[in-house]
Amino acid sequence: MITPPVVRRNTPQRYRLEANKCAKCGKVFFPPRLVCDACRGRKFAPVTLADTGKVVACTVIRTPPTGFSDLSPYCMGIVELKGGTRIQCQIADCEPERVKIGLPVTLEFRRVQEDGESGVLAYAYKAVPAR
Amino acid sequence: MAGIVGYGAYIPRYRIRVEEIAKVWGADAPSYKKGLMLREKSVPAPDQDTITIAVEAAKNALKRAAIPPAKIGAVYVGSESHPYAVKPTGTAVAEAIGAIPDCHCADLEFACKAGSESMFIAFSHVKSGEMEYAMGIGADTSQGAPGDALEYSASAGGAAFIMGTKDVVATLDVQYSFMTDTPDFWRREYMHYPRHGGRFTGDLAYFKHVRGGVEGILKKSKMKPKDFRYCVFHQPNGKFPTRMGKELGFTEEQYRAGLLVPTLGNTYSGASPIGLSAILDEAKPGDRILMCSFGSGAGSDAFIFTATARLPKIQGRARKTRDYLDTNPVYLEYGAYTKFRRKILKNVED
Amino acid sequence: MRDVAIIGIGMTDFGELWHDSLRDLFVKAALAAMDDAGIAHLDSMYVGCMTPGLFTGQEHIGSLLADYLGQAPVPATRVESACASGGLALRCGFFEVASGASDLVLCGGVEKMTDVSGGRATYALATAADQDYESFHGVTFPGLYAMIASAHMAKYGTKREDLARVAVKNHANGLLNPHAQYRMPVTVEQVLSSVKVADPLNILDCSPITDGAAAVILCPADKAKKLAKGRAVKILASAHATDTIALHQREDLTWLKSTAVAAEKAYKMAGLKPADVDFAEVHDCFTIAEICVTEALGVVKRGKGGEAVRSGYTARDGKFPVNPSGGLKSKGHPVGATGIAQVHEVVTQLRGEAGKRQLKKARRGLTQNMGGSGGSAVVHILEVMR
Ligand SMILES: [Zn+2]
Repeated sequence: MITPPVVRRNTPQRYRLEANKCAKCGKVFFPPRLVCDACRGRKFAPVTLADTGKVVACTVIRTPPTGFSDLSPYCMGIVELKGGTRIQCQIADCEPERVKIGLPVTLEFRRVQEDGESGVLAYAYKAVPAR
Repeated sequence: MAGIVGYGAYIPRYRIRVEEIAKVWGADAPSYKKGLMLREKSVPAPDQDTITIAVEAAKNALKRAAIPPAKIGAVYVGSESHPYAVKPTGTAVAEAIGAIPDCHCADLEFACKAGSESMFIAFSHVKSGEMEYAMGIGADTSQGAPGDALEYSASAGGAAFIMGTKDVVATLDVQYSFMTDTPDFWRREYMHYPRHGGRFTGDLAYFKHVRGGVEGILKKSKMKPKDFRYCVFHQPNGKFPTRMGKELGFTEEQYRAGLLVPTLGNTYSGASPIGLSAILDEAKPGDRILMCSFGSGAGSDAFIFTATARLPKIQGRARKTRDYLDTNPVYLEYGAYTKFRRKILKNVED
Repeated sequence: MRDVAIIGIGMTDFGELWHDSLRDLFVKAALAAMDDAGIAHLDSMYVGCMTPGLFTGQEHIGSLLADYLGQAPVPATRVESACASGGLALRCGFFEVASGASDLVLCGGVEKMTDVSGGRATYALATAADQDYESFHGVTFPGLYAMIASAHMAKYGTKREDLARVAVKNHANGLLNPHAQYRMPVTVEQVLSSVKVADPLNILDCSPITDGAAAVILCPADKAKKLAKGRAVKILASAHATDTIALHQREDLTWLKSTAVAAEKAYKMAGLKPADVDFAEVHDCFTIAEICVTEALGVVKRGKGGEAVRSGYTARDGKFPVNPSGGLKSKGHPVGATGIAQVHEVVTQLRGEAGKRQLKKARRGLTQNMGGSGGSAVVHILEVMR
């Protein structure tokens, strides 16, 4: 859903990769959580994720959901960032078929969705092959 | 002394060649290439716009400056392609780099001159002591109407400059602006593409105002063209800045580093700022740089910078402009280009 | 807790049923189940349905369906756990009967998916993924399972052809199922050359968009023998487990932890080992899913799911038949109905009423129904009552 409250609420994560880290066991959560699923701890410190990593799983989406047809076919991947946290995002600026597990990537700021012709724009991270 | 403490550029990966556009419109590619001194231009991906380009350039500037983003007191973005007609670009950039909320943001528009304007204003704040750091950005995903001469050049890219007074890498020594009200190029509200005055955009617009800016700043600074190691002028095509440089008494050695237009195209508000970033990528301490933008409407902002001993220390902290321009470009055919630029009429998606 | 048995089953044909509405589909399946059980009234009902709102614009379907089934004012509850909604509806009814609160409970599942465009259906299904951190970025369900496939192939050397063989096997089974949506044989070559959907998955690796409904009638086991005249089936175990719904947050992308945990609980509840079960109906929403599910159920060792289908171990005449009905792949996948349709097949096999696709050995069968990319799983073990 691309509505002003949803866009605003997700901004710290989508714009700046803000995560949190369990004060007790050190597990990092993206998005930040209120309770640690490893130790049930409830104290956290803010951390920012690294913007580089590598692809650990990927696919080429050829039947996109509504709102993504302009990009089709595009690559989706699971990226393990430096520090170990995994995120899911598009892998842009690539030949989708040539993306392989292990590919080093960096995150760039991109327009991910928009609410039709006149609604709000939603920006976030996408991975691109590291150069 | 006040000046630039960090700089960074961003150029999309996609390109389209002059031949590919000329083929569609039955135009004579060799004569266009020769006339415009332009071989290809950058094209934004469908998920790129002025905000995303400005953010990436800003992040590169921040990497070089290595300052806490919260200390940036202002973010100004100059562009003629702000993604929203109403809703700022600057706040998105400030939010993405972590400069919010103690920050002043404004979007500027002055055809191709909006980028240098943002630098001008950012510099004023730090020079006056009002702010510790301020950022000025010029970025565009410029549009040229299909079939128009501008379609061969209108491209995408941007550059960001953090101004400050501590750890300056290039002092901003002199500035001068030259303005008249000249309708050489415009886009009315709700129109998709800009219009222009054809050959009128040359002598009475570009050449008059760049000459005015350069001659004005030389007079104000009591300097001559030979006092500069580098110069960069607004570059709507390859021909205008080269002719201008020669007429003003500059040599190819001086403008070569900043002349990116043959393979970049005209990035409008980004054009002379990206040229400056490419110069800063290679300048050495003590090198003096003359920059002069041009914006239709019309006017120019001219600056004189001097590289400091700190510049070589930060050049390698972020990706260089030439690397963005020359590494792994992906060439588009006209069909993909029109899809990327949303020139295809589609059904509303269901 | 009382023992619980299934005394009646019913389902519609699965397919693109342009003339049937959501309520028509459900009522047809429910009436068939009630007729099969020989009962005219219910104490209560549960309906699994993933997203009637996005597929048809209709919510509040518990009451709607009870009314159109002529059973209002009985309590009627819609149960939702994405594609595991049907399995979970059965589990809810199971507890209502086991607790002694009710004697005759209908557990149904329904989904009417073809009233919307393909893009909207893709969007509706993707709401089962993490909306803010998966779907937002443009992933689809085929895309999520394709990423699981890419990880499985990289980790275990599973071959692209192994995925195709799941489709070949399940289509061969579905050919013999009169309710199946796609009753056609397919070859490995056909799967490999079919339209690409999300690499490495092609259209013939994917379950289809389907309309359909299924229902079963539960009652206490001690009353089942008389009511069902020797055709009753006992529910030996009902287990459910959850996992993070965001695929990227799982430690091992190839391991369906919710299925593994639910299966372990089910085996424990039934006092059985995987080897004590004769066959299974599992959630092959994509070919890779069946491979991962057979591993998580303990039917084969971790990483050996591809080998199991290659060697014929899971074929209808193999050592451990998987998806004799044709599975979601051939039979069709009306998401909310799937979990109940799996039970429909196991009961049919246990009763010995599966006709041409009847398994030789069918005393105990297992169903595994899965939500999203594995964020939830429901496992039931059923046994024929003597
Ligand atoms: Zn913890």
